[in-house]
Amino acid sequence: MARQLAPGDVIGGFRLEQKFHHGGMGTLWKVSRADIATPLVMKLPFLLPGEDPLTIVSYETEQTIMPRLSGSHVPGFIAAGDFDGPYVVMELIAGRSLLDRLPELPLPVGEVADLGARIADALEDIHRQRVIHLDLKPSNIMIRDGGERGAEAVLLDFGLARHLDLPDLPGEELDGPIGTGVYIAPEQLLDIRNDRRSDLFALGVLLYFFATGKRPFGEPRTVGQWRKRLTRAPLPPRRLRPDLPPWLQEIILHCLEVDPRRRYQAASHLAFDLRHPELVRLTARAERTAAGGIFAALSGWLRQAHARVAIAPEPIAVGEAAPIIVTAVDLGEEDAALTQALLATIARLAAGEPGARIACVNVLKLPRVALDQNEDEEGRNLHLIRLAELKHWAAPLARLPNQLTYHVIEAIDPAAALIEFARRNHVRHLITGARGSSKARRYIGSVSAKVVAEAPCSVTVVRA
Amino acid sequence: MIALLADIHGNREAMTACLADAERKAAERYVFLGDLVGYGADPGWVTDRAMDYVARGAIAILGNHDAAAAGKPIAMNQTAAEAIAWTRGMLDARQRTFLESLPMAVEEADRLYVHASADEPSQWHYILDARRAHKSFDATPARQTFCGHVHSPALYLLSQTGKLFGFRPTAGVAIPLLGSRRFLAVLGAVGQPRDHNPAACYALLDEAQNMLTYIRVPYDVASAARKIRDAGLPPVLAARLEQGY
Repeated sequence: MARQLAPGDVIGGFRLEQKFHHGGMGTLWKVSRADIATPLVMKLPFLLPGEDPLTIVSYETEQTIMPRLSGSHVPGFIAAGDFDGPYVVMELIAGRSLLDRLPELPLPVGEVADLGARIADALEDIHRQRVIHLDLKPSNIMIRDGGERGAEAVLLDFGLARHLDLPDLPGEELDGPIGTGVYIAPEQLLDIRNDRRSDLFALGVLLYFFATGKRPFGEPRTVGQWRKRLTRAPLPPRRLRPDLPPWLQEIILHCLEVDPRRRYQAASHLAFDLRHPELVRLTARAERTAAGGIFAALSGWLRQAHARVAIAPEPIAVGEAAPIIVTAVDLGEEDAALTQALLATIARLAAGEPGARIACVNVLKLPRVALDQNEDEEGRNLHLIRLAELKHWAAPLARLPNQLTYHVIEAIDPAAALIEFARRNHVRHLITGARGSSKARRYIGSVSAKVVAEAPCSVTVVRA
Repeated sequence: MIALLADIHGNREAMTACLADAERKAAERYVFLGDLVGYGADPGWVTDRAMDYVARGAIAILGNHDAAAAGKPIAMNQTAAEAIAWTRGMLDARQRTFLESLPMAVEEADRLYVHASADEPSQWHYILDARRAHKSFDATPARQTFCGHVHSPALYLLSQTGKLFGFRPTAGVAIPLLGSRRFLAVLGAVGQPRDHNPAACYALLDEAQNMLTYIRVPYDVASAARKIRDAGLPPVLAARLEQGY
C-alpha cells in the first residue's frame, strides 16, 4: 500500500502539518498534537515488501534506541508506532544542520575547534548512556539555536547506532560494513560495532573536512575503496592549510589513528583538548608533513582485530576506562600530611586507570569586589606564581603514566568554580582535601561540602 | 506485567526471593516454565506454592524433572537421577498428581510457554544455539516463545528476512520485543543458575509495552546449599548453587 499523505491527515493521534523531506528511506513531516506544545517531527519510513533491509532495520533500531536516550544532545523522543503503522515522533530541533555549512568550508580554526568541542560533548553524553552513534556526519548533526548552555550540538538519526546492552540489530541483519564511506572508522570495516572510539574517528574526519575543506579519504564509493584507510594515512591537514596550528593537526590526526587504542580514549578527552589548545601535548603528529604510506604499526592490530571478530562471543564494551580525574589543590595552607594523603589517593586511583587524565586545579580566589590590581601586571604575576606552585605541588605525580594538566582558575566562589570546571569538562571523579579545623570554614562554609553536594561527578574527600 | 519463572528446582529461598521481587515490581500474573522440583531440598514446599499460584490463575508448565518426580521414566544423569529418587520420597500424592497434570505447553495470545524447545517438547531439547532456536521457531506460529531448561539466560531474535541471532541479556535492562520480529526467550534458572552468577534469574514481561526484562535476584544461597547437604543429596548440587555453574 503506497502512502499518499496530505497535510491534515492524522497518524497515531498526530496531525500532519507540512512535509519537509522526502528521502530514499522515508519522509519527514512536521506534526502536532493538541496536548504537546513543542514543535514535533514525524519520521515515516518506507516499509514496503521488498524494501531494502537497511530501511527496515534502521527503523527498528531507532525505535529501540531513541526512547532510551535522554538529555539535550538528542531530540526528545515522543512516540513510536508499531510495525503495521510505523513512525517515530520526536522533538523538532530549532537550529541549523551542519550540512548547511559545507559551502562555507574551510571554517576559521576557532570555529572548527568550538564546533568539534560541542560535538564531542554530545558524543560524551550518548556514550555515557551506553550508545555509540556509528554514523556521525554533518547531516546527522544540528547546532541548536541559543539554548541554556549556548549552541549545543544535537545528534540525529540513530538508525545504525548501537546500544551496548541491547541486541545489535543492524550488525546482525546486514552483511558487510555499515556506515557512510567518508566517515566510517577502520574497525567498523572489520564489523566491530561496540567501540565508542569509532565515533571519535568520524569526528576526526569531520574536523579535517571543516578545517581544510577536503575530506581526508575522499569520497570512496565502494567498500574496497573504504578499506584504503586501513593502510593509508591521510595527507596531514597542514599541507592543505599551512596556517592550521600544530595543535589542531595533532588533535585531528589523533582522532584519525587507525588503531583505536592510539586514538583519544574518550570524547571527553577530545573536548578537553579542543577547549584547551595551549595544553595539547604535541607529538610527531603535529609536525607530520608527508602523506603516510603503509602504517608500520598497523599490521599487528589488524591481525588482532580480525582474530577478535572471529572469536568475540559477546559484546565487549571498550573505551570505558578513560575518565578525567580532577584534583582540587589548595595551595593556601601548608599541610604536608594532607598533601601526602592526596597524592597517595591520586596515585592509587591512577594505577587502576592508566587511560585516565589527571587535571590539577587550583582556584585563585578573587575578592568579591574586583580591585584594579587583579587586572594589571601584579595579577598576571600572581597567576603565573600560582601555576608554578601548582606544578611543584604535583611534581610527584609526574612519575605516573597518566597525562597531567595544570589549571589555575580565577573565581570568587572556589566551590562553584570547581563544580563548573567538572561539569564543563565531563569530569568523572573529583578529589579534594578536607582541612581539619580551619577558622575560615566556620564562617564561609566548607568548599568540599558544597562540591560533594553539587558536583556532577564522584567526589572523594581526603583527610590526612 | 507477567513474571516468568523457570527451573526453580526445589529451591525455596530462590523462589521466595523472586516472587517477592516480582510483587514489588507490580507483577500481576505468573507463569512457571517447568522444573519446579529436582536438585533442591524443598520440592514439597515449592510445589505447594506453585499450586497456590495456579489456583489463583497462574500458568504452570511441565518440566522433565517434574515428569520424572511424578513417576515417568525420563533419562537423566546420575546426580539428577539420585536427586529425583530422593524428591519422589518427599512428595505426597496430591503434589505428585499436580505435577503429573501439568501441560507440555500453553499458548496465550501470540505467546507460547514451554519448558524446552518448542519442537518435540517431550524430547526436552536444549536451546543452546541459533540452529536449535531455528527449529523451535519453525515448530510454532507464536510470535514470542518463553522457555527454560538451559539454566542460562539468552534471547533469540528472528527478523523478517530470516536472520536469526542470539543475544545475552544484561540484567535489569528492558529489551523491546519489536512487532517486526519473532522472539525466543530462554529464561535463566530461578533455583540453579549455571551462568557463573549465583543470583536467581527470572524475567518480567510488560505486555502493554512489549518489553522483556531479565532480572537477577540475590538470595540466601547459604541456607539453600546447607539444606541440600543436610538432606544427604549429592553435595555437588550445593556447591553449584554457591558458584552458579
